[in-house]
Amino acid sequence: MMRLRFQRSLDDLKEKLLVMAGMAEQSIQRAVEAYRVRDLSVCDLVDHGELAINRFEREIDQMALDLLAMEQPMAIDLRFILAVIKINADLERVGDAATSISDRVRELEAFPVAELPVDTAKMASLASGMVRKALQAFIEADATIADSVLSMDDNVDKMNETAYFTLLNVMKTEPHLAPQALTALMISRNLERVADHATNIAEDVIFWVRGADVRHHMHENETRPA
Amino acid sequence: MGVGLQVTNLNAWYGTNHALLDINLPIPANEATALIGPSGCGKSTFVRCLNRMHETNPIARVTGSVRMGDIDIYNDVSPVEVRRRVGMVFQRPNPFPTMSIYDNVASGLRLNGFSNRRILDEIVERSLKNAALWDEVKNDLKKKSGASLSGGQQQRLCIARALAVDPEVLLMDEPASALDPVSTAKIEDLIFQLKSQYTIVIVTHNMQQAARVAERTGFFLNGRLVEFDATHKIFTNPGDKRTEDYITGRFG
Repeated sequence: MMRLRFQRSLDDLKEKLLVMAGMAEQSIQRAVEAYRVRDLSVCDLVDHGELAINRFEREIDQMALDLLAMEQPMAIDLRFILAVIKINADLERVGDAATSISDRVRELEAFPVAELPVDTAKMASLASGMVRKALQAFIEADATIADSVLSMDDNVDKMNETAYFTLLNVMKTEPHLAPQALTALMISRNLERVADHATNIAEDVIFWVRGADVRHHMHENETRPA
Repeated sequence: MGVGLQVTNLNAWYGTNHALLDINLPIPANEATALIGPSGCGKSTFVRCLNRMHETNPIARVTGSVRMGDIDIYNDVSPVEVRRRVGMVFQRPNPFPTMSIYDNVASGLRLNGFSNRRILDEIVERSLKNAALWDEVKNDLKKKSGASLSGGQQQRLCIARALAVDPEVLLMDEPASALDPVSTAKIEDLIFQLKSQYTIVIVTHNMQQAARVAERTGFFLNGRLVEFDATHKIFTNPGDKRTEDYITGRFG
């Protein structure tokens, strides 16, 4: 006899997390778009979305807490709920990164548009692509897809590093562009963090599906801490 | 001190019903080992084989070996000696209802020929202390009967009775399933304390209880031992799909 009510509750939890994931993903895309076109009305949408993301974060944690307390889940169900709690926190941070980018865009209002030699759009596309793929792994309970997310993180890290040295150089050689370069640098840093959150989500999917802790480059066969 | 058990190719029958099939299992000394599984899976039959209770049923039969330390319990010692060294506590507390608390604890010793009053007093006190019951009954040892105690106290009295004959292994078949949560917690705390002196095997339907008290857990299904591993592994990431389906409530 399956625990049908419990299984339905797990489905509800997953569905709610996916709604939140959609909001977080949309939020980061909007923030980058706001930066690209310097549109403060889009920044307003990001800020509005952040409130909803924060509300969802609390509701999802409460649902997960209730299930832990009432159902005492075991094995794959326990791992699923732990993964949801952690993914929930990462998605909320993705929302925070979007808000941070949106804040930078508002600050840029005081300065003229500058052409900078960094490909923020490409970096944004890579980072949000990682989030999307990590969530696809979560939807399909597919650790192989999650594995592929982990290998994408290095690309974003390298782009962030390149952007750092490039923009540092801009600040040295063209000091009048320092505010714009600094903003671009902070946005690059935010996108790199988004990619880190996507990596965390992928690791949580692997933990849920395979029961393996692969954080901090731990090999799946390594023993857990005592 | 507890002693480890090594079960090898154990098979058990009730008449033509093959209740246990080729069980191989090491039970480490001074640990609690939990056995879980759906009703009728063979886990209670298994523990009854560990103290040769199974063979008290006229239609029952056992093959294979159970070693307790260096001793083969089916070949090297008598069933009476086995049952002294391997104590058992059952699901429903079963104190001797007409005996006093003292006499309940002393009963096994008297059956084994102990009659020295001073030694009996010492052992009864020590056993009741080890069973975490002494403080609650020390003033009524000979005034009250075992049956006058609460369910949780009766079960601890039965544990004291089992400990009095100085066993090395303690088998517990659903020891807390008839008790309220407070009495259950006392039994679980007691299991923790007893581990330092005894090897404990506990059969339970309560998986949270197994997770709380046992270092290792075995999952039985249809008379077979499906999986035996560290408890944290069984309850977070079992190796066998059947174990996972059972502990997550997908069947059973």
